[in-house]
Amino acid sequence: MTLAPGEAPTPLPVRRVLGVAAEAWPRILMPVLIGALSLGAWEWAVRANEIPPYVLPSPSVIWATLLRDWPSLSVSLWVTLQITFAALAVAAAAGLALAILFAQSKWVELSLFPYAVVLQVTPIVAIAPLIIIWVEDIRLALLICAWIVAFFPILSNTTLGLNSVDHNLVDLFRLYRASRLQTLLHLRLPAAMPYFLAGLRISGGLALIGAIVAEFVAGTGGRASGLAYRILEAGYQLQIPRMFAALFLICIAGIAIFLALSLIQHLALRRWHESAMRREG
Amino acid sequence: MQEGGAQGGRPLVVLRGVEKRYAAGTLAVRGVDLGIGRGDFLSLLGPSGCGKSTLLRMIAGLTAPSAGAIDWPSAPHDAKGVAEPRLGFVFQEPTLMPWATALANAALPLKLEGVARSEREARAAEALARVGLGGFERAYPRALSGGMRMRVSIARALVTRPDILLMDEPFAALDEITRFRLNNDLLEIWQETGFTVVFVTHSVFESVYLSRRIAVMAARPGRIETEIAVPAAYPRGEAFRTSAEYAALCRTVSLALGKAIEGRHAA
Ligand SMILES: Nc1ncnc2c1ncn2[C@@H]1O[C@H](COP(=O)(O)OP(=O)(O)O)[C@@H](O)[C@H]1O
Ligand SMILES: [Mg+2]
Repeated sequence: MTLAPGEAPTPLPVRRVLGVAAEAWPRILMPVLIGALSLGAWEWAVRANEIPPYVLPSPSVIWATLLRDWPSLSVSLWVTLQITFAALAVAAAAGLALAILFAQSKWVELSLFPYAVVLQVTPIVAIAPLIIIWVEDIRLALLICAWIVAFFPILSNTTLGLNSVDHNLVDLFRLYRASRLQTLLHLRLPAAMPYFLAGLRISGGLALIGAIVAEFVAGTGGRASGLAYRILEAGYQLQIPRMFAALFLICIAGIAIFLALSLIQHLALRRWHESAMRREG
Repeated sequence: MQEGGAQGGRPLVVLRGVEKRYAAGTLAVRGVDLGIGRGDFLSLLGPSGCGKSTLLRMIAGLTAPSAGAIDWPSAPHDAKGVAEPRLGFVFQEPTLMPWATALANAALPLKLEGVARSEREARAAEALARVGLGGFERAYPRALSGGMRMRVSIARALVTRPDILLMDEPFAALDEITRFRLNNDLLEIWQETGFTVVFVTHSVFESVYLSRRIAVMAARPGRIETEIAVPAAYPRGEAFRTSAEYAALCRTVSLALGKAIEGRHAA
């Protein structure tokens, strides 16, 4: 038995510029261009109208402040990132474990899922004060808050993924008398992988937000001194450029987390999943 | 090997009074008595909804019959007396694991059986080569054409050297040229290997081309209306496809199918 000529598809070659697919360049260049124009307009507006820096600092002043205060700001950035990543890691592990538990029995899922929803819909600002009171260690309290926010997308996505396996594949595993564990390891978990990673990407940003919101709630009384603490502190001292500098770092951190998780998603799925395929047009 | 394996020898599987009623109340299959001999190539032919898939899934043990019995006289049985025939199943869709290579997909049944990695990879590579996919071991399903994916699916079904290959409209989604090619390739492998095939199709032409025997089915309730033998000799090739004998056989089967469907309207 042989394959007829033309039966195998030939992949199209991808044109690359500086190691990036030619088609991808507009997606990188256009946002950068918009960003540069906006910053230029902002700088111009502040200078032309002589707006004082305690109302609206110009980008150049913010940048100078960032460089000047880098020693203290970088320490705070590091604190916030540590809390964010710890919360994300715990959320990923707990979300995955609970989703696997749900997949084992409809009853467990029916009984517990509503409580996961309750955790999700309760605003973190409302429960953060309680957690900060109950938990002695402020960093641990912040971690718990960030975890609560980050946990749900991973749980719900992974649960969905574990349950959305091709029915025929499930039948095939039954046909070959696969054990429960074999079906989980070789079928359900790989099938849930794209869902889990999509959840992780959402949760990355949420963990950062959770860590910062909780620190705001903790207020200057908190001794964690992450980026939110720097913003509050600068606000009280009317050091508006410093506030902006801290805000800038939060944005950069959020973008970096999103890009890093997108990259992980791409690398893990590029060989087989539609979401990682090159988009046309 | 005699042409297409021995027919009418020891029956491999025997269905007696098999019936399937779904929870919703649909009587999908009723009163099926059917014996399938070793090496047979049997087609289940009928309009959609006549219970072909249901019947095939019952033979595969994926659904239990509501009444009647399915016996495997020569297959091994487990401690509880449940038959454990060696089955291969091919769905209408290729049903591959998209995260696994062609080789890993074809090796899946062996992996589930606990066969050691080196052995299962060697056997899966052999099965892929047999369906014409030598050299595509490392390809992911996404990179393969529809026909090639179906070949992987067939390789996976053959890798355990099953006694019986159950195929549920496997080529229905393919274009006609690819379908003809896969028909020929399937017949070639069947003749080399001598396993038994139960082939579900709604195409008169396909059933006549492939099978030794055709069970014509009718719907509501799903049942086997009549059985027709296809006496043409194997190997069958493109010459058979264009022969007067083939045309006459297709006409006979078409008429029988028409009558089976008519009967439903009269009832
Ligand atoms: N899982 C199911 N639950 C309820 N009814 C079903 C199920 N599967 C099939 N049926 C019904 O049984 C009948 C036969 O279906 P099927 O065996 O799929 O026919 P075919 O494969 O010949 O098209 C149809 O009326 C169909 O709607
Ligand atoms: Mg069907």
